[in-house]
Amino acid sequence: MIHFPTLRWGKPYESLETDEVRHFATGEPIARVSQANPGIVARDLRKAQKARDALRGVPAVELLERVRKAADLFMHADLPLGDGTQSPEDFVRQQSATTGLSEHMARMNMDKLRFVLEHLDEILDSLTRGLDLEILTRGYGEENGLMRSYQATTPALGMVLPSNSPGVHTLWLPVIPMQIGLVLKPGPQEPWTPWRMAQAFFEAGVPPESISIYPGGADVGAAVLKDTQRSLIFGGLPTVNAYRGNPGVQVHGPGFSKILLGEDCVDDWEQHLDLMVDSVLVNSGRSCINCSGIWAPRHTREIAAALAERLAGVEALPPDNDGAQLAAFTVKGQAEAINGDIDETLKTPGAEDMTAVYRSASRWVEQERCDYMLPTVVHCDSPEHPMAAKEYMFPFATVVQCPQDKMLGAIGDTLVGTGITNDAAFRQQLLDADNIDRLNLGPVPTISLNWLQPHEGNIVDFLYRARAFQEA
Amino acid sequence: MNSDGDLQASAAAAREALDAHVRAIVAWHFDPETGCPFWLDWAARQDWDPRAEIQSFDDLHKFGLFEDEALRGGPVRRWVPKAYADRPIYTFETGGTTGTPKSRISVDDFRIDYEMFADNLPDEHFPRGANWLMLGPSGPRRLRLAVEHLAQYRGGISFCVDLDPRWVIKLIKKGWTEHLHAYQEHVIDQAVTILQSGHDVRCMFTTPKLLEALALRLDDMGTTLHEVGITGIFSGGTEFTPQWNRFAHEELLDGAYMTPTYGNTLMGLAASAPSGPDNGYKISYYAPQPRAVIQVVDPDDPDTVVAYGATGRVKLTTLTKEFFMPAFLERDEGERERPYAAYPWDGVSGVRPFAKFAKSTTVGVY
Repeated sequence: MIHFPTLRWGKPYESLETDEVRHFATGEPIARVSQANPGIVARDLRKAQKARDALRGVPAVELLERVRKAADLFMHADLPLGDGTQSPEDFVRQQSATTGLSEHMARMNMDKLRFVLEHLDEILDSLTRGLDLEILTRGYGEENGLMRSYQATTPALGMVLPSNSPGVHTLWLPVIPMQIGLVLKPGPQEPWTPWRMAQAFFEAGVPPESISIYPGGADVGAAVLKDTQRSLIFGGLPTVNAYRGNPGVQVHGPGFSKILLGEDCVDDWEQHLDLMVDSVLVNSGRSCINCSGIWAPRHTREIAAALAERLAGVEALPPDNDGAQLAAFTVKGQAEAINGDIDETLKTPGAEDMTAVYRSASRWVEQERCDYMLPTVVHCDSPEHPMAAKEYMFPFATVVQCPQDKMLGAIGDTLVGTGITNDAAFRQQLLDADNIDRLNLGPVPTISLNWLQPHEGNIVDFLYRARAFQEA
Repeated sequence: MNSDGDLQASAAAAREALDAHVRAIVAWHFDPETGCPFWLDWAARQDWDPRAEIQSFDDLHKFGLFEDEALRGGPVRRWVPKAYADRPIYTFETGGTTGTPKSRISVDDFRIDYEMFADNLPDEHFPRGANWLMLGPSGPRRLRLAVEHLAQYRGGISFCVDLDPRWVIKLIKKGWTEHLHAYQEHVIDQAVTILQSGHDVRCMFTTPKLLEALALRLDDMGTTLHEVGITGIFSGGTEFTPQWNRFAHEELLDGAYMTPTYGNTLMGLAASAPSGPDNGYKISYYAPQPRAVIQVVDPDDPDTVVAYGATGRVKLTTLTKEFFMPAFLERDEGERERPYAAYPWDGVSGVRPFAKFAKSTTVGVY
């Protein structure tokens, strides 16, 4: 069986404790994953500066070249795994087998990572507003006749990663060229991407001592957060609330991404139905950028009915079926709990499951070793209904009736907001709304990302502090 | 080394001694002159006489499973055997993370348990006369007094640094991680101060988490546990896993000796069979029989002991003149281990929180 060791600054370490990762549908063991303990993390991170020193030994432009090469290796090469190697197709099958994603979704996410790696120079150019990366390496330098100085806020970035969507790995790809070490705590079902990406980096010439991977339990995640000065964590609302306001932790929780239809465009809602379907359905609704709320001042029942009709055709298909649009829930009890929460919330008058009429059985599809949740669209007749604030890890959306002038005050935190309106005043309000992180003005699907722009904060600003500097 | 035959004979002798001990303890606790009000009242409500019907350890199943709720709340004197009514009584509490904690009374049990354990500590690592550091939870637990007595029994003096695990659990539940780390630093500060104050501390009791924090602090200071004089450590808890044991030996201890223990207020202290690279740092615990007995049982049928090597829930029976507790299901599980020469009775390895409870239990807080 494949064994993933713990990676301690590039050196494999076989733990006496391993976790078995199984195929979500057959229960077949796929891999054993060495489990780190918090003390190992704490001890290793005392040497984090060596990771940054090793990276600073390679010019940033050279590192960019190496990660570009890593993109090709990640996509096409057989890379070390366990006692053997892993081909790209092995990777797709294995990732699908343990995460519940369909194989074509795994390929799509793989391509997303490739794209980001290949365009890292442009991405960093955009995020730094054209800064010469040598200035980050040296700490200071003149640009356009002005002295600029930046100080790294940490020698290594900690990442507590999820299992549900490999697309999130795009967030840490710019870190190595910025000459900051990487400390990754993979999600229990998704050890595949961190390991393969690290191997691609190493093959491409990135110093192995710049990357650590610590699989383990929640205590290992807590150690990563404690022992790195800067870290990213992914989790639900309790995680978001626990770390909100902590300047050292960038927390990525549910996106609550939305499409907002203005008074001036809502009568043309049918033109935007494809956009709504894509925003809700792509990647099985697992991403934080998937839309979970469509808000409009009128026509909401018609919108919800039309969306429900389109999504009701989506079935639970095997992961190797190219038409599979739903990912499986691989943690027993999770789908059942979500289904129960939806039913309970629907008991409050004012909300209706518009997909119910298209289903002969429950939205919860229980299989022997995994579950699926069929796409669900709920109409809410007001923003006050508790369902209007819900988001789940499957294609689920509420269509909420809300006057335009109340919308921005009622939507709550919104990672991606697509505002479909030509009303200059409403567009300005959308621009000014500080509860919307990424703003799309016009008919842009919420899942359409421009990689040259920051996502939930600028990673460069998180890892480097601009400061005053004078040299006599 | 004992042959299989010798081991079988030792195991049979230990079993006979256990059965005899059971008869003596049951006779004591159910004698109206010596027993405690709790068990005498209990017996008065039954239609059978424990003194007549309990003749062996196996007969104890007639009591059914012990409900630990009986240990919560007062009056605490209902647990004091009449024979000890005029003796000074201690009361020790378990964690008490939710609601009223469980209490166990004690006269000398904690001293006896720790003397038995102390007699088996290797002198080359725990030198007689050496001073000790007790770095762990004290307060209402018996640990501070017990370790202090152990140190005195071996001719040393114990320095104590307290940690309040109930406050730590609150900090974790509230998500006050900054306070949690500050509190841990505060505890480690005190330990470092003692170790640097010329008290010739060479032995230590601590918990895995605190040992880790102390070793890392010393590492930051450019020194090690061994370099500051520590030669012997005993430590315990479900966090004391084989992997942690290996990590500690390879990366924290710098050659200091460490032995694992498994214990709590209700049992006493179980010692470990030797553990190291030769056996994959496997940790097997053996209860201080006949004063306490550990069995590994089928969680769905607690009267049935699982096969050797199989996983089951830990069942504890405590049999001292101060405290009688038959068949209590602990919140831990593990694998049943065979007897061996030093402890010719069943042991348990791989002790960890019982899987069905693990999600709701906060462990390893100190």
